[in-house]
Amino acid sequence: MLDADFFRRWMTATAASVDREAERLTALDSPIGDADHGSNLQRGFTAVAAELEKEAPQTPGAVLTLAGRQLISTVGGASGPLYGTLLRRTGKALGEASEVSEDQFAQALRAGVDAVMTLGGAAPGDKTMIDALVPAVDALGDGFTAARAAAEEGALATTPLQARKGRASYLGERSIGHQDPGATSSALLIAGLAEAHGE
Amino acid sequence: MKMLINVAETVVADALRGMAAAHPDLVIDVDKRVIVRRDAPVAGKVGLVSGGGSGHEPLHGGFVGPGMLSAACPGEVFTSPVPDQMVRAAAAVDSGAGVLFIVKNYTGDVLNFDMAAELAEDEGIQIAKVLVNDDVAVTDSLYTAGRRGTGATLFVEKIAGAAADEGQPLERVEAIGRQVNENARSFGVALSACTTPAKGSPTFDLPPGELELGIGIHGEPGRERRAMMTSGEIADVAVGAILDGMSPRNPVLVLVNGMGGTPLLELYGFNAEVQRVLAERGVAVAHTLVGNYVTSLDMAGASVTLCQVDEELLRLWNAPVKTPGLRWGM
Repeated sequence: MLDADFFRRWMTATAASVDREAERLTALDSPIGDADHGSNLQRGFTAVAAELEKEAPQTPGAVLTLAGRQLISTVGGASGPLYGTLLRRTGKALGEASEVSEDQFAQALRAGVDAVMTLGGAAPGDKTMIDALVPAVDALGDGFTAARAAAEEGALATTPLQARKGRASYLGERSIGHQDPGATSSALLIAGLAEAHGE
Repeated sequence: MKMLINVAETVVADALRGMAAAHPDLVIDVDKRVIVRRDAPVAGKVGLVSGGGSGHEPLHGGFVGPGMLSAACPGEVFTSPVPDQMVRAAAAVDSGAGVLFIVKNYTGDVLNFDMAAELAEDEGIQIAKVLVNDDVAVTDSLYTAGRRGTGATLFVEKIAGAAADEGQPLERVEAIGRQVNENARSFGVALSACTTPAKGSPTFDLPPGELELGIGIHGEPGRERRAMMTSGEIADVAVGAILDGMSPRNPVLVLVNGMGGTPLLELYGFNAEVQRVLAERGVAVAHTLVGNYVTSLDMAGASVTLCQVDEELLRLWNAPVKTPGLRWGM
C-alpha cells in the first residue's frame, strides 16, 4: 500500500532529479522550443517540495492536488497547466483514502494522463510528454521499475518524430531528430516513483 | 555572453522595479507580477488585461495606460504568466463592466488564460477573450497549434483599448478585438538568434551568412533558412507572404517591428522597402509605426504586420493613448 509519505517522497525525488537535470532539459528545449523547460520545471518542483515541507497533507490525494496547484501557480508556460493538471487530476482520482494500492494508483494516474491529453489536445506520437506518460501508465501493472523503463524508452522514441503539438510544431519537419523535452521531464517524474519506492 | 543583469533568476523582478521607478502612472506589484494603471478600476469601463512571457518589451507592460491596456501580467522570460497573476489583474481592473483577456496563440498562454478565466468567473468577474493569431509563417492545419500571435497584438490592444475607453460594452470591445485580429497578418525574419538569461547562449545557431525566415518572438527558429538577403529582398518575401493570404481593399496600418537587436537606422531603411512593395501591390497605407514594439530580447531582425482598417478601426487607432511604449494625442 502507498501512503501520503510515499507521495511526498515521490515529489521530493522528482524535485531533486529535475534540479539535477535542469540544464539538460533546457538544452533539449533550445533547438526546438525556447530554452526554458528546465528552469521552469525547476522553479515549480522546488516550490512543490518547499510547500510539502511547510504543509504535510495526510492523504495521497491531498499531496498530489497540493503539488498540482503549486505547479500551476509557479511554472507558467504550457508545462505549468499540463503538469499541474496531471497531478491534480491524479490526486482527485485517489479520493480521500489514507492509503491506496498500486492498482488504484495506476488507475488514478491514467485518469490524470487522460486529463492532460484533453487539456493539451495531444495524442501519442505527437512528440509531447504523452509519449512518455502513456507507456509508463501501461507498464505500471508490472511495477514502478517497468514504468520507469517504459517512460525512458518513450522519451527516447520521440527523437525521430515530427512535432504536431506545442511550440516545436511550429518547426514542422525541422523538429525531427530532437528528443522532446516534455517527454524527457515526464520520464524523470516516473523515475521519481521508482525512487520513492526504493527501486 | 555579457548581459546587463545581476543574476538570471531576478531579471524579471529587477526590470519591474526599474519600470515602477520610471513610470509613476503605473502601479507595479513586483512580487505578484501585475502591472496596473494607477486610476483602475475606471467606473463603467471594460478592463483590458493581457500578458505573456517577458522579453518582448515594451509588450505588454509598456502598453498599460489610458487608451490601451488596464493591466498586464509579465511571466518569466518567454514563459506565459500563471493564472494567479491574471485573476489578480482582472480583479484590480474590473469595475463591474467585465474584463477582456487578450491572449497570444501559444499553448502556454492559452492554457493559463483559460484557467484564469474560470477562476475569475468564479469570483463573479465577467470575462471575454480575444485570441491573437496573425503569424502567416505557421499555417493552420489539423496538425499544428495554428498560427502564432505576434505583432497584431499591438493593434488589438490599442484599438480594443480605445473602444473600452469610450465606454463600449464588453461584447462590443471583444468583437472589435476579434475584428482587428482577423484583419491582421504578420511575418518575421531573424538575422541572429536571441540569448535568454537562463541559458546564457544563443537559443539556436544561425551562421553569419544566413537568415531565418518565418520566426516567432520566442527565439524559436523559423520555418526556413536562406543565404543572407538585402533589405529589399526581405521586404519582398515578408510582405509577399502576408499578401498571399489577404487582399486588402481598405487601407492598412503598417507595423515595421524590430526584434530588439536591430538599430532604427536599419528598421527605417527596411520600412522604405516595405512601403515600396505595398505601393507596387497597390495597397494603400493609413499609418505606419516603426520601432521595437514586440521584441525577442536581443534578436536581430524584424517583423512586418499589416492590419486592414475601416473608418471605425482607424478612428479608434488614432484615439489618444498614454502608455510607456505608445503615446499620442494626450
